[in-house]
Amino acid sequence: MTAEPQLDLPEDPVSTGAPPQVDNLDALESEAIHIFREVAGEFDRPVILFSGGKDSTVLAHLAIKAFRPAAVPFPLLHVDTGHNFDEVIEFRDRLVAEHDLRLVVASVQDYIDDGRLAERPDGIRNPLQTTPLLDGITENKFDAVFGGGRRDEERARAKERIFSLRNAFGQWDPRRQRPELWNLYNGRHRPGEHVRVFPLSNWTELDIWRYIQREKIALPEIYYAHRREVYQRDGMWLTSGPWGGARDGETVEEKIVRYRTVGDGSCTGAVESEAYTVDDVIAEVAASRLTERGATRADDRMSEAAMEDRKREGYF
Amino acid sequence: MTETTTRTAPDSGAEVVLPVHTDLLRLATAGSVDDGKSTLVGRLLHDTKSVLADQLDAVHRASADRGLQTPDLSLLVDGLRAEREQGITIDVAYRYFATPKRTFVLADTPGHVQYTRNTVTGASTAQLAILLVDARKGVIEQTRRHAAVLALLGVPQLVLAVNKIDMVEYDGAIYERIAEEFAGHARALGYSDDAVVTIPVSALHGDNVVERSERTPWYSGPALLEHLETVPVAPDPFDVPFRMPVQYVIRPRTAELPDYRGYAGQVSAGVVAQGDEVVVLPAGIRTRVSKVDTPDGPVPRASAGRSVTLLLEDDVDLSRGDLIATADAAPRITDELDATVCWLAEKPLQPGSKLLVKHGTRTVQAMVTELSARFDEQELTSVDTPDSLQLNEIGRVQLRTAEPLPVDDYAESRRTGSFLVIDPADGTTLAAGLIGLPLAPLAAAVAS
Repeated sequence: MTAEPQLDLPEDPVSTGAPPQVDNLDALESEAIHIFREVAGEFDRPVILFSGGKDSTVLAHLAIKAFRPAAVPFPLLHVDTGHNFDEVIEFRDRLVAEHDLRLVVASVQDYIDDGRLAERPDGIRNPLQTTPLLDGITENKFDAVFGGGRRDEERARAKERIFSLRNAFGQWDPRRQRPELWNLYNGRHRPGEHVRVFPLSNWTELDIWRYIQREKIALPEIYYAHRREVYQRDGMWLTSGPWGGARDGETVEEKIVRYRTVGDGSCTGAVESEAYTVDDVIAEVAASRLTERGATRADDRMSEAAMEDRKREGYF
Repeated sequence: MTETTTRTAPDSGAEVVLPVHTDLLRLATAGSVDDGKSTLVGRLLHDTKSVLADQLDAVHRASADRGLQTPDLSLLVDGLRAEREQGITIDVAYRYFATPKRTFVLADTPGHVQYTRNTVTGASTAQLAILLVDARKGVIEQTRRHAAVLALLGVPQLVLAVNKIDMVEYDGAIYERIAEEFAGHARALGYSDDAVVTIPVSALHGDNVVERSERTPWYSGPALLEHLETVPVAPDPFDVPFRMPVQYVIRPRTAELPDYRGYAGQVSAGVVAQGDEVVVLPAGIRTRVSKVDTPDGPVPRASAGRSVTLLLEDDVDLSRGDLIATADAAPRITDELDATVCWLAEKPLQPGSKLLVKHGTRTVQAMVTELSARFDEQELTSVDTPDSLQLNEIGRVQLRTAEPLPVDDYAESRRTGSFLVIDPADGTTLAAGLIGLPLAPLAAAVAS
């Protein structure tokens, strides 16, 4: 056998003779890898939905690990709202190049330009992602779509199975979910249907950060504290960009901020933070009294069931 | 809080240190509709400070909108629109909370009879189940049904939470009566007395949930959270024969690795080490493990739960669906399954039906050759040769599979002893299957 990639990482706890220093991160990693390999074994055309955020970056990292030393046997799909942070797009392209991944982009801007979608009066583009996403799935005949959704994010997501069947319209029907037993996942679907797969279901925000720390995973810089011009709207610190800027009565200030989630710039707020490193972020997240979505996502504040309603329409 | 224990591994004779994860407990709730499961879970989350300010604000707002005087903690967990409208839980929700002593993954399952399949979903991976009863109603039909499902699926530890104890004026005699009746039922299902703990609680007021209550002076046991933090968790047994279903063949075919051919899978039982003699099933080919590879590089050995890639000494024909096992304690190969099934679909099971069976990583066609018994989980008896199995019924079936499968009894191995029954027409999961007769009372009833 020729040389194989040797990584400088902790040994299997069984073999070292020392008390294991790791905790349930190993169990979460093994479960996610198991899920990736099940999908690779059972589906014809899987794809990883990739936003450049921390969860989808961890997802890509796990996919690379699941098939090592071979290449990841499926592409990434980025639904580009056209309202991205520059740092995130640069990061996406760097990651794809470094790991020799394939990237498919579905562009909301294209849909707006040719009239298939209309800009919302509030300028928020997150809800507009659903159509290009579903079209992208149909056109490419993707039959399994990995998402970085976690059950701890939101109470409608807490109801999500790891393998979640979607009908030909991409819709989720929470009343008709299949039972999910042991670690036997049922991925059977009829033509036109697809399955959404969530390998990070059992991870919490803190698990994600502790794993990023352990695996030394690079993220877009905006996750860490930096100086930025922001203005306050509905209790959130927004920044200006292609989506617009401060309106009358809103003043632009310079603050030290970071982002807890990465989404459409028009509705993703920054938090004031001096967390410059992964260690700082872990300390901050552990002490936070707000969930990441409650703190920074306007689209989840629209109604008591905002996430559920979007999932029913085909959103993740 | 991970401890280690030194034990002698089978075969090797050498001492190895194995991790015993005392820091994670997977649990499920069960019980009837309106017995307060969501309120109890909400209370646990709230009193362990696992609820963040914005989530709590949302509950306060929603409770006020409904004209409630005090916040309704069940709104923390009932995440679906229809659940909040009807005040019932429709589907399993998974919750994550932690105390300094332990991390918890909780499957909050619905109580409605129509959704018993979700209790099966929650219980299939649980190490402990909290079964709720309403102190005013005591042990009811649904309590017995859920206890039977939990016993069948091999959930090792039970907690009976006698909820709404405030509604019976904190009456110790009522509690005692319920505890005693349930203990008898649990014993009949095969639970030893030390595997069942009964606790009087009020989810609404927080009695004996996180703190012991002064209003139940007649109760000397732990509060619910105390018990959850200290109950011994059985680790994955390592002193059982090694099993690993092959998920995927990893073949890089690159210039650096032209000959790498690895069999990827998750160790489902036991331990695998470099040099071990193994057998590839169902073909029955013997070979040795030349390397245990992981995403972080090769390791000398790996135990249950770990996702690995095995490289074998001989170039054998092996693909997804095959099982790699210890050569001298291999599972049996059979195309006749004698199994217990929990029927989870509206469409009934009928003898003669053609179905799919998913066992490990292999999906095969199968036929129900016989429906030999239906289990009555109320009376703990069985009915011989029923015409069909309906939604949520438990029965004993014989299945013939189109290809032989390497199987263990469920009582020996939760992973290689379990299977799904799938509808070939639309892919619906029809049943949870357990090989052999894991439930002693059913075995006794069938034998008599």
